[in-house]
Amino acid sequence: MSFQATSSQTVGPFFQIGLARFYIDDLTGPGICGETIEIVGRVFDGDGQLVPDGVIEIWQADAQGKYAHPELSAELENIQKNDIPAKEHMEGQRGEGAFRGFGRVPTQSDGSFRFKTIKPGRVPAPDGTLQAPHIAVSVFTRGLMRRLVTRIYFPDEPSNAADFALKLVKAGRRHTLIAKKVRGSQLEWNVVLQGKDETVFFDC
Amino acid sequence: MAKFRGYRRADPGTQPDHLQPSYVSSIKRAPSKPLVYLPHTLSEVTGPSFDFSVIDVKASDLTRQHHGEPLGERIIVSGRVLDEDGRPAAHTLIEVWQANAAGRYRHNVDQHNAPLDPNFEGSGHALTDEQGNFRFITIRPGAYPWRNHYNAWRPAHIHFSVFGPAFATRLITQMYFPGDALLEFDPIFNCTADAKARNRLISLFDWETTVCEQALGYKFDIILSGRDSTPWEK
Repeated sequence: MSFQATSSQTVGPFFQIGLARFYIDDLTGPGICGETIEIVGRVFDGDGQLVPDGVIEIWQADAQGKYAHPELSAELENIQKNDIPAKEHMEGQRGEGAFRGFGRVPTQSDGSFRFKTIKPGRVPAPDGTLQAPHIAVSVFTRGLMRRLVTRIYFPDEPSNAADFALKLVKAGRRHTLIAKKVRGSQLEWNVVLQGKDETVFFDC
Repeated sequence: MAKFRGYRRADPGTQPDHLQPSYVSSIKRAPSKPLVYLPHTLSEVTGPSFDFSVIDVKASDLTRQHHGEPLGERIIVSGRVLDEDGRPAAHTLIEVWQANAAGRYRHNVDQHNAPLDPNFEGSGHALTDEQGNFRFITIRPGAYPWRNHYNAWRPAHIHFSVFGPAFATRLITQMYFPGDALLEFDPIFNCTADAKARNRLISLFDWETTVCEQALGYKFDIILSGRDSTPWEK
């Protein structure tokens, strides 16, 4: 049996009606370990206008690099038997789990959004290396027929240099994926849908 | 050798391009640079899940959210969430939203001068069962005007948001109704170049799920990307 994936359609301007119930802007909570961070940003269109009718979803691992998902076990089996550091890294993290890893917020009338979360740990890449800490992002807005997929990386992170996904991006555009330190635990990361300094979006 | 299976990519034409000149809102929002191909990693083959503890079981009946019943033609929309190999997406979250029977959304941005219905929110959610089945009871939404071009009207539709098993399978789409005269003029429906793929967004009227003296049944299956058959190798 073989089917074809259903076509995507725009989220439209009225998504709040359907998506507000699962708005989650704070991924931290009692028992969730890690460095608390706040990510703030704005979404811009090709004219530099702020986008007040978008919704941003994030998906991330916990501070130890564990996703709240059963795929972790399968991945463990796939790690090379002799790759002891990667294996120990993954095995050490099994069994914890209050961290859900999912956030969703709408952009405000000024195009802004914010999440409170924890800095994720490193997760394996398919080539057996560890990826730099990152957050997977989906962007939906009126006018976008398909979601845009991008990532948030962290400043001052030496592992960015050898990251599996960042290496796929031209050096001159990588900065669009790396958040900027604002003050304290606050990071700024903006989404530019089109034009100069357009955010890197992935075919995912 | 590390082996890793990602999810399949769409066949050409079966997913809409970002830039759609006939859909005016896409012009300043579609990316202008090519997307960067990302082989799936653990970050893309995992994804959020929702358990029954966060689900309101009454939220799948959009006609029972107030004291009175909403106006309009009562319908039952049911179907399955499957992957491209026919495997069910079990216990995955589906969220729906729609206009009321008069073609008005309960949203402050909607200025269409059709009446709001005090008995209709237009919002529902549910988890699929073990076999990927879902079933919503609602009313048939009305068509409504929008400002994309002169005398533009959206065909009746219900918005669907689905997660599936992975970040890579996340999908937001719209379900349409068979025989709607507005479909051929709708820039959003027609954004999908492939006619077969486009027409799969139209639900099917269904006697099997039609309930005598209660509600008409419509079937709408949602297909999410399937898993790659061959592992990614270094």
